[in-house]
Amino acid sequence: MCLAIPGKVLSISGDDPLTRMGKIDFSGVVKEASLAYVPEVNIGDYVIVHVGFALSKVDEDEAQKVFGYLKQIGELDELKEPSP
Amino acid sequence: MNTSNFSAACPIPISQYPHVLMAHGGGGTLMHRLLEDVFGKAFSNPILDTRHDSAQFTVPPGRLAMTTDSYVVRPIFFPGGDIGSMAIHGTVNDLAMSGARPLYLSCGFIIEEGLPMETLWRVVCSMRDTAKKCGVQIVTGDTKVVDKGKGDGLFINTTGLGVIEHAQTISPQSVQPGDAILVSGDLGRHGMAIMAVREGLEFESTIESDSAPVHEAVLKLLEADVEIHCLRDLTRGGLASALNEIAEAAGMKIAVEQKLIPVQEQVHAACEMLGLDPLHVANEGRFVAFIPAKDEARALQILRGVGVSAHAALIGKVVEKAAPLVTLKSELGVSRILDMPSGEQLPRIC
Amino acid sequence: MKFMDEYRDAELAQKFAREIHRITTRHWKIMEVCGGQTHAIVKFGIDELLPKQIELIHGPGCPVCVTPLEVIDQALEIAARPEVIFTSFGDMLRVPGSTTDLLSVKAKGGDVRIVYSPLDAVKIAELNPAREVVFFGVGFETTAPATAMAVYQAAQKKLNNFSMLISHVLVPPAIEALMSSPNCQVQAFLAAGHVCTVMGYEEYFPLVEKYRVPIVVTGFEPLDILHGVLLTVQQLESGRAEVENQYARAVTRAGNQPAQDLIKKVFKVVPRKWRGVGEIAQSGLGLADAFAAFDAAKKFGLADRHVDEPAECMAGLILQGLKKPHECPAFGRKCTPEHPLGATMVSSEGACAAYYRYRRHDAAEKAVVK
Repeated sequence: MCLAIPGKVLSISGDDPLTRMGKIDFSGVVKEASLAYVPEVNIGDYVIVHVGFALSKVDEDEAQKVFGYLKQIGELDELKEPSP
Repeated sequence: MNTSNFSAACPIPISQYPHVLMAHGGGGTLMHRLLEDVFGKAFSNPILDTRHDSAQFTVPPGRLAMTTDSYVVRPIFFPGGDIGSMAIHGTVNDLAMSGARPLYLSCGFIIEEGLPMETLWRVVCSMRDTAKKCGVQIVTGDTKVVDKGKGDGLFINTTGLGVIEHAQTISPQSVQPGDAILVSGDLGRHGMAIMAVREGLEFESTIESDSAPVHEAVLKLLEADVEIHCLRDLTRGGLASALNEIAEAAGMKIAVEQKLIPVQEQVHAACEMLGLDPLHVANEGRFVAFIPAKDEARALQILRGVGVSAHAALIGKVVEKAAPLVTLKSELGVSRILDMPSGEQLPRIC
Repeated sequence: MKFMDEYRDAELAQKFAREIHRITTRHWKIMEVCGGQTHAIVKFGIDELLPKQIELIHGPGCPVCVTPLEVIDQALEIAARPEVIFTSFGDMLRVPGSTTDLLSVKAKGGDVRIVYSPLDAVKIAELNPAREVVFFGVGFETTAPATAMAVYQAAQKKLNNFSMLISHVLVPPAIEALMSSPNCQVQAFLAAGHVCTVMGYEEYFPLVEKYRVPIVVTGFEPLDILHGVLLTVQQLESGRAEVENQYARAVTRAGNQPAQDLIKKVFKVVPRKWRGVGEIAQSGLGLADAFAAFDAAKKFGLADRHVDEPAECMAGLILQGLKKPHECPAFGRKCTPEHPLGATMVSSEGACAAYYRYRRHDAAEKAVVK
């Protein structure tokens, strides 16, 4: 459910917050989406888009944490493995 | 090319009728003018120019290949092609799948009353240019006009004839366990190029249809005596459809790997956006080849030396004679079934 | 694609899998609520990377699957009317009602159009003032902000030829209904990540309190799901029951305030029947009284009705995680994606459809955790 994908805000149009729209870039595919629900978003930010609406801004720091966590596990793994 | 450029480069010959009328299919003067000034003029070649009810020609002795297809694509013009170029490529490619050299095509047109003459002429010019590039001649045809509302603009049927100059048996029955499965290039471009201009789902991209002739690539393989067990061009239903059809016809279990299957970034992104699977999306200038393992490397090298198959890749192999099954190893290395797609590819939110 | 493809890395997935193997000492039953998560699990084969003791149970998180037969029949009735342009997400077109589906209605001449966004339906209404435009509003809380905005904008534009057939469903009541069932075997939940981008995860704290089950808000890519499972198993193994947020790059505790505000304005909470499960109190969204003019069921005078599910269908048991698809005698025989009997076979997100497409043969090779 809830097919939503991350894309980069290329441009923003509209003054009224409720009708604010943005052109969102998904790796070269560009589609317009409503930015009504993400008033804090600027050009260059990434947003999660579902049925033509940006529902949240991607927190790039949090996005990295998954990989940071994996790195920690990896380091523990290496400590446990006997040296060749 | 855009309309104004095209009109300047290729002026429309019968401009007093801006739209196709019922009379243009009626058998009388108007139809005669249409045939002479539009089709006859564009497709001119010695066989067609005889204006006979049937085309007469000599073919070399041996086997022939024949195929027929009808084209109903909407919109008529799309990024990377149109219904006309698609028709020529499609028929040429079907012949190529038998390893035949395509020679002659017939073209039947069913035109809806009211179709702008400019549109028809653009399609016809595209077919003329495409046929020339493919080295085929349109030697006979037919034209009908149907009432407005009964035809969705334009339908084209093409039948093609080609000559088989090799002695191999290229068919699913020749497929053997251990055969390498090659794909001639990246997938999903045609379907997504159409989706990009489809009403209600439009998006901006530089995706162009992969509509192209593939016979040169096949003929080069045959010239080099590469053993080919089976060929299949990928059209509606994409790679998944073609592989399932062959697995079923050959009675084989086939295994392919996701990470080996080339998909362009924008096609991948557009599919993710609409919830589609690139392996189910239509192609128009791609084929799969089943090649015995011993010729796999050579086949890839030859394919990569031809423009249309420059990005050919090895994507899997035939596992064993078994209940027909196609499996796909995911990016995570886990296998699951690659099923036949059911019906039209519909975008989803879920 | 940034923030997507990197979460499909095979080596990193194996790392997560190894860690899960390392810490799992007992059998655990974890339910992933969302159909999108089910789809990812079966498509990528994520469950095959997990130790055998971890059983992933596929939850009722497919709003397409759980749309009641009655509502689909209402949609079909409206779509068949000559004055109507019926707009819908693609998912609903193949879902069978009692006798037919939207694709067949289209084939018979109904003006049925697929749209990407509910706002496209509003545009169609503006361009076709002489026609009645109806939008089929299904989906979880994730989709509600979009449909709410469409209704709101239609009201602002004073459109009188636009209406919606609404069948939104809410996740937390469904989880509560599952947990309160005496047969419930689920020990932890992976909550639906995109629902939570809208609603936040405040609503899960009372559930964790009451039922003492871990609830981990989880994303949709393989690394997200594996990470979510790992966090869940860590909790289970140590006897904790907390709300955690794996999908923090998209989800905050409070969620999306402007979206929640408009949902509250345009919709009201109503009882909703879930196909295959039955009615769950306070589990749906309907139009608020102020926007009643945009309610298609009212506008077209469609009476409430009751339709029985086919007897052989055990979708309800599957949605509750009590049975697996292949345990149903109709699976793969009378019931396939081409002619589905019930909720879980109708869309590619449904557990039965996912199993049928990807797993129906045992011949699929197993992966080995290195």
